[in-house]
Amino acid sequence: MYNEVVMDHFKNPRNVGVIEDADGVGEVGNPLCGDMMTIYLKIDENDQRINDIKFQTFGCGSAIAVSSMLTEMARGKTLDEARKITNKDVAKALEGLPKNKLHCSNLGADALHMAIQNYDDKKAGIVRPKAEREEKHEHGEGETCYCPYCDVELGEKTTFCEACQRELTEEH
Amino acid sequence: MNIINLDHISYKPLLPEVKEAMIEAINSDLHNPSSQHKAGEKSAELLAQARENVAALVNAADAREIVFTSGGTESVNHAVKGAAWANREKGNHIVTTNIEHNSVIRSVKRLTSQGFKVTSLSVNESGRVDPKEVADAITDKTILVSVMHSNNETGTIQPIEEIGAITREKKVLFHCDAVDSVGVVPMDVNALNVDLLSFASNPFYGPTGAGGLYVRRGTRIFPLLDGGVQEHNKRGGTENLIGIIGMAKAAQMAAANMDERRAHLEDLKQYLADELPKHLDDYIINTNLEHSLPNLLNISLKYIEGESVMLMLDEENVAVSTKSACATGSLRASHVLLSLGLSHADAQGTLVLAWGVDNTRADIDKLLSALSGVVKTLRSMSPLYKK
Repeated sequence: MYNEVVMDHFKNPRNVGVIEDADGVGEVGNPLCGDMMTIYLKIDENDQRINDIKFQTFGCGSAIAVSSMLTEMARGKTLDEARKITNKDVAKALEGLPKNKLHCSNLGADALHMAIQNYDDKKAGIVRPKAEREEKHEHGEGETCYCPYCDVELGEKTTFCEACQRELTEEH
Repeated sequence: MNIINLDHISYKPLLPEVKEAMIEAINSDLHNPSSQHKAGEKSAELLAQARENVAALVNAADAREIVFTSGGTESVNHAVKGAAWANREKGNHIVTTNIEHNSVIRSVKRLTSQGFKVTSLSVNESGRVDPKEVADAITDKTILVSVMHSNNETGTIQPIEEIGAITREKKVLFHCDAVDSVGVVPMDVNALNVDLLSFASNPFYGPTGAGGLYVRRGTRIFPLLDGGVQEHNKRGGTENLIGIIGMAKAAQMAAANMDERRAHLEDLKQYLADELPKHLDDYIINTNLEHSLPNLLNISLKYIEGESVMLMLDEENVAVSTKSACATGSLRASHVLLSLGLSHADAQGTLVLAWGVDNTRADIDKLLSALSGVVKTLRSMSPLYKK
């Protein structure tokens, strides 16, 4: 089901844990399947670099592997560099995820970006209500469109997946 | 590598005697049973004998009440759609439950687009349908009631006999999806008062691709597959004789060994239920232990997700099944578990443990020791676990 890189990060996840005195915390939940991920950051004030990063994840093999890979990618990066890490980058570093598991990689990048936002907000003294996270369904112009839930190929303007009987509210 | 199979709900290995019967059938190059020459007649005899053996397993009065199908899904589709279409002029209302297998749910959903109306009943906290609610749901437009015998995720057995008494009194057709029960627990279509009963061969160690539908004599039903006059005009298509012969052998053995098998399976169930609290905490048993199959237990492990558990157990050579949203193609929490009142988070940590005649107490011990380690590992990385 999963490739060797994904299985390695699932079986031996890097950077699991909590940073008690974290400078930034990002917590996201997946509205689709109920997965949850929390990212903790320790930031070097001087060069705005991620000194330490840890994660906690409640989710499937893919969600755990994404968390692990994401933390490896973000560690040591400046905040500007880390902000540029996308879902696609994480999935690519894992050498691919099953199509219907790509949404797990959305979870990872979102958690990281929220943790950085949380750090920025803390410095600026902003308190934000918990943001609702929406499932993204991205694909380029002219690419085949697949149901984000069950991987079945869809027509352009479909708003209902006949295969898994789900309403599709995302933009196509 | 010795893999402990506790995923018998997904697949049961063929018994050696079943394999032998099928190999013999293959080597005999059996002709089409519809052909009228000697070779065809020999096949027709084997088909008739197989029908007798399978009829005996569900205590059908007449072997001609058995329609051979390609398995449980076809049987259910045939029963639900075939009965609805054939009785359309009598009414358009169907009563079913929220915990049916998707073959029922989607068949019924398909019928709603053809003008049929559906009442889908909830189960109580013990996972069972209240027969009184079935009685109350039946109107003068009701043509079919469809309730499963045992649930394929929880193993909980429904009060079919009570519901059968109601449908008989109200003169409404009653279909029972008994795919996971037939050949595992005693089945008597007459005691249950069912008109239609779906079953498959693999749950009693026969081949996949073979199943059956019991159709009580006089029941109005259309074929699902239009074609020739095979299966007493109820299913077109040349019979899958090799599969049917395998199923019949498995049926014979299931009937002969039912008590002995059940005692062994029940022992493993009791042992697992007794041992669980010694190895795990924070779990929910979703199976009604009093009314359930002897070979299945459904548990939800709190704070962790089922696919992760399944993958880690696989590394330890223990095969199980999960009903977490992540592990299903549709990424949705199981409708059965949500119907039981489980939260989405708790439903995520659900394992279906299903053993067979080939399992032992030592297999349960291996499962539990592996599982306690896996649960500890996954909880240590879960943001929901606060201990």
